[in-house]
Amino acid sequence: MLLIHCPYCEEERPELEFRGAGDAHILRPTNIADISDEEFEAFFFLRDNVKGLVYERWRHIHGCGRFFNAARDTVSDKFVTTYKAGLPRPDLSPAPKATETTVETYEATEGVAG
Amino acid sequence: MSGANRIAGAGRLTPARTARFTFDGKSYEALEGDTVASALLANGVHLVGRSFKYHRPRGILSAGAEEPNALIDVERDAARKQPNVRATVQEVFDGATISSQNRWPSLAFDVGGINNLLSPFFAAGFYYKTFMWPKAAWEKFYEPRIRAAAGLGVAPTQADTDHYTNRFAHCDVLVVGAGVAGLSAALAAAETGARVILCDEQPEVGGALHYDKSVKIDGQDGFAWAQATAARLAAMDNVTVLTRTTAFGYYAQNFVVLAERVTEHLARPDRKLPRERMWQVRAKRVVLATGAIERHMVFANNDRPGVMLASAARTYLNHFGVAVGKKVGVYTANDSAYEAAFDLHRAGVRIAAIVDNRAKPGEGVLAEARSLGIEVLTGHSVIDTKGHRRVNSMTIARNGGGGKRTIAIDALIMSAGWTPSVHLFSQSRGKVAYNAETGQFLPGTYAQDCLSVGACNGTNGLQATVEEALAAGELMARATGSKAGGKVEIRAENAFEWTGGMAGAAEGAGANDNVKAFIDFQNDVCAKDIRLAVREGMHSIEHIKRFTTNGMATDQGKLSNIHGLAIAAETLGRDIPKVGLTTFRAPYTPVTYGTIINHSRGELFDPTRKTPMHAWEEAHGAVFEDVGQWKRAWYYPRAGETMHEAVSRECKTVRDVAGVFDASTLGKIEVVGPDAAEFLNLMYTNAWDTLKPGRCRYGIMLREDGYVYDDGVVGRIAEDRFHVTTTTGGAPRVMNHMEDYLQTEFPHLKVWLTSTTEQWAVIAVQGPKAREIIAPLVEGIDISNEAFPHMSVREGKICGVPTRLFRMSFTGETGFEVNVPADYGQAVWEAIWARAEPMGACAYGTETMHVLRAEKGYIIVGQDTDGTVTPFDAGVGWAVSKKKTDFVGIRGLKRPDLVAEGRKQLVGLKTKDPTVVLEEGAHIVADPNQPIPMKMLGHVTSSYWSSNCGHSIALALVAGGQARMGQTLYVPMPDRTIAVEVTDMVFIDKEGARLNG
Ligand SMILES: [Zn+2]
Repeated sequence: MLLIHCPYCEEERPELEFRGAGDAHILRPTNIADISDEEFEAFFFLRDNVKGLVYERWRHIHGCGRFFNAARDTVSDKFVTTYKAGLPRPDLSPAPKATETTVETYEATEGVAG
Repeated sequence: MSGANRIAGAGRLTPARTARFTFDGKSYEALEGDTVASALLANGVHLVGRSFKYHRPRGILSAGAEEPNALIDVERDAARKQPNVRATVQEVFDGATISSQNRWPSLAFDVGGINNLLSPFFAAGFYYKTFMWPKAAWEKFYEPRIRAAAGLGVAPTQADTDHYTNRFAHCDVLVVGAGVAGLSAALAAAETGARVILCDEQPEVGGALHYDKSVKIDGQDGFAWAQATAARLAAMDNVTVLTRTTAFGYYAQNFVVLAERVTEHLARPDRKLPRERMWQVRAKRVVLATGAIERHMVFANNDRPGVMLASAARTYLNHFGVAVGKKVGVYTANDSAYEAAFDLHRAGVRIAAIVDNRAKPGEGVLAEARSLGIEVLTGHSVIDTKGHRRVNSMTIARNGGGGKRTIAIDALIMSAGWTPSVHLFSQSRGKVAYNAETGQFLPGTYAQDCLSVGACNGTNGLQATVEEALAAGELMARATGSKAGGKVEIRAENAFEWTGGMAGAAEGAGANDNVKAFIDFQNDVCAKDIRLAVREGMHSIEHIKRFTTNGMATDQGKLSNIHGLAIAAETLGRDIPKVGLTTFRAPYTPVTYGTIINHSRGELFDPTRKTPMHAWEEAHGAVFEDVGQWKRAWYYPRAGETMHEAVSRECKTVRDVAGVFDASTLGKIEVVGPDAAEFLNLMYTNAWDTLKPGRCRYGIMLREDGYVYDDGVVGRIAEDRFHVTTTTGGAPRVMNHMEDYLQTEFPHLKVWLTSTTEQWAVIAVQGPKAREIIAPLVEGIDISNEAFPHMSVREGKICGVPTRLFRMSFTGETGFEVNVPADYGQAVWEAIWARAEPMGACAYGTETMHVLRAEKGYIIVGQDTDGTVTPFDAGVGWAVSKKKTDFVGIRGLKRPDLVAEGRKQLVGLKTKDPTVVLEEGAHIVADPNQPIPMKMLGHVTSSYWSSNCGHSIALALVAGGQARMGQTLYVPMPDRTIAVEVTDMVFIDKEGARLNG
């Protein structure tokens, strides 16, 4: 169970109190009624399935109830940071590479086998 | 003496304290503290099970959690019966009923053993290859037979009567494993004042000290020191010591889950105690002191009963006082087996020979063996064994040929070296690194705040282990800010440092494909199977694992993984680290379902929500249905009535007289603030700024993609206050949906949302006499049709209680929905009922509610819509504002597919035979005679018998439905085809006269 830092409560709380809410920083067009099919497709349907750093929304649903944003590494499952809704995407330089020679598991290189 | 093989003066159990148990119906005597394995061995029982695939006789291989063979069934009574327990872990208790598994008809004579003779057909990949063709034969022939022949144990047929519990715990330092390393680390951490949890899977702390009698710590016997240290730790306020507790899962951010076996060892446990307790521990730092597991030697017929790990034989002798044989052979590639031989020799057991695969054993152990007069054959291998139910000889040969000789034995102990237990480290997402010098995978890169110490870290030498553990314990504790105490020092010494070890097949395993040299005992995987897998093209260790099933049994390859990997690497001609290690997963050892679900069973599995009127409904004979977590009154049968009769009566009564219905489960959200109307304009397709206070409107909520998400009636209480209702099931997600938009898309709006679902009890009074029923109870509201028309809301009092009274209807009749504070719900209901009943009205349930609304063509979101239905498809397009420039879903509604011709639209259906009631979900076609698969036009979404109409009614989603009015379509069923006519959705009172009465 992950610990997630709620930027409103300013506390790390167990994952059970939270609910994921999809990609962050996707702005609903203010002129949404007038956008083209292509623009609507990009806004509503198209998402990246990133291996690495993702920016996503979470809600502290069983706590303060606030939606906020998080940067999370999909490989390590680590939350790099969380921040309040409406704040810009933080600039996060890539994590330093491990220098020690280690044995890569099959999953790390090829994904989960059946 | 309990058991002929118990040696007087050996071991730590008390001879006077005996316990009796049965194994396969035969009674045996054990000592308190025995495991089932040690007690069976004391009684000379080596044959305890059959292997999974070949049904080969199997004995006890280990003395610990890694045991692959000796799986037993432990029974207290029919409900408390656990299969697949490792005999090496289960403690004997007086009266225990133990059975062997995977044998038929008996352990000694097993019909499935024929598989052993047929084994050429059971090669690796057998399951994949043999059962590919013909496909039908798999279901009809192979699978039932394999399931009958195989199977690990038998599940109990009765519900478990034990209870289980859960505890959340937080600590500064969690130490996993209470051997020398774990105890030292815990002590160093505890002395700083840090909060420490120390856990160990065994009944007593000590780890390797159970067998290694040569250890002296601070001048004391090692095992005695361990007990004294644990007692000292347990007496400290900041320390929790948990024995019989397995850390089985290591998750993100130092979240480690433990399973504590509380009563598993007790003869007559207090039923108030939980059988097992799950600990969910969040540790600031973790010290892993999980030790190492001895590997077996891989050679022909290395699986006979009586063949076991050297450390296991030493444990049975030094801890349990049991000799595993009278004439014991030793086969090793590692020094540790020598010490087992020395201890057995000193206890009077004859050592037939020490066969060492290496040319150069450690000098110390070699010299000691010579001085004890034990024959040592270096550079030799055991190439075969004999003995059906127990090993009776070993055949040895010089490596490279010659010197072949057969030696009579009654037990064979072996060691191929030690595999560090990096399971939890690996589960923590740490990456292991291969140490070519020792041939061990060791903790490499850490992913979490933990440290490994001792044998699991590849640390050799007792004093080095102690010092590493003390340093790690203190370091981890200091890192959490613990400042007390000074340095802890411990002096430890033992007889010999161990050298050696090998992985993979020893000389005797042979290249011959007929030789059964087992690497995975539980899944019957031999060295030859790994070679075959490589020949068949499996190059990844994960593929080899799945093709051969190596390491996939309940022991998860604790003994076999390294051997399998080494053989694969050799066959592939690659270095071991290039082939890679398979991933370790939780749980480390099997965990019962009871422990994992603990309290979440029965009534506590999921909350049950009851309305304020539930008790009245129960008392009046309601039959309830589950709607999500809610219990809702379904119908109220009178004596002798079937459901159909009750619902027909209720339906007629509501339209002829009136009915009272509990609508409290409706979701309710209070939307308040100066921008409330503007916010609702964005959330619903309708316009809300034009709604006057005191009036209501039916609203449709879409998702951004244009599909119907929820619906409900919204009343405007004041300029800045709306009473929103949602569907029963939709309440939480609608609330979340609104919050999401309010917080993240429209944060400029001054609106506050409050869920009020459980604050209001809702009593619907519907029917021609509805007004007459409530009129004398209502104060301060003119409820005449003129002053209070359909779709109005007023605040006032009923029965002296504040109410929000709605004039609305989900039945098509004159209707009121009385909202009162939940605490008054039942009292107001009873007052209404006291007036309604004498007039001939009825209480009605959800089934009648469904029928009545369907007679009027009112949709239920989630039943008549399925997430791909627009308001226009559902026939409620009138609720979509054409003037608004924005609302959620406005753009989605314009998508090409959503405005295309021929979309499925909701229509009514009448069966040509009025008595036939369609099945909900049934498919609809234009031509029932077309070939299968037929072109489906849609499906039935709602279908009922309507006593008011005198015929069945149905709603259906039909392609281009609104253009098909009057057409005949067909519903093909398995036994017949039903002809239907497409109609509009309103079956009763099309002009709405009853509604406005
Ligand atoms: Zn919060």
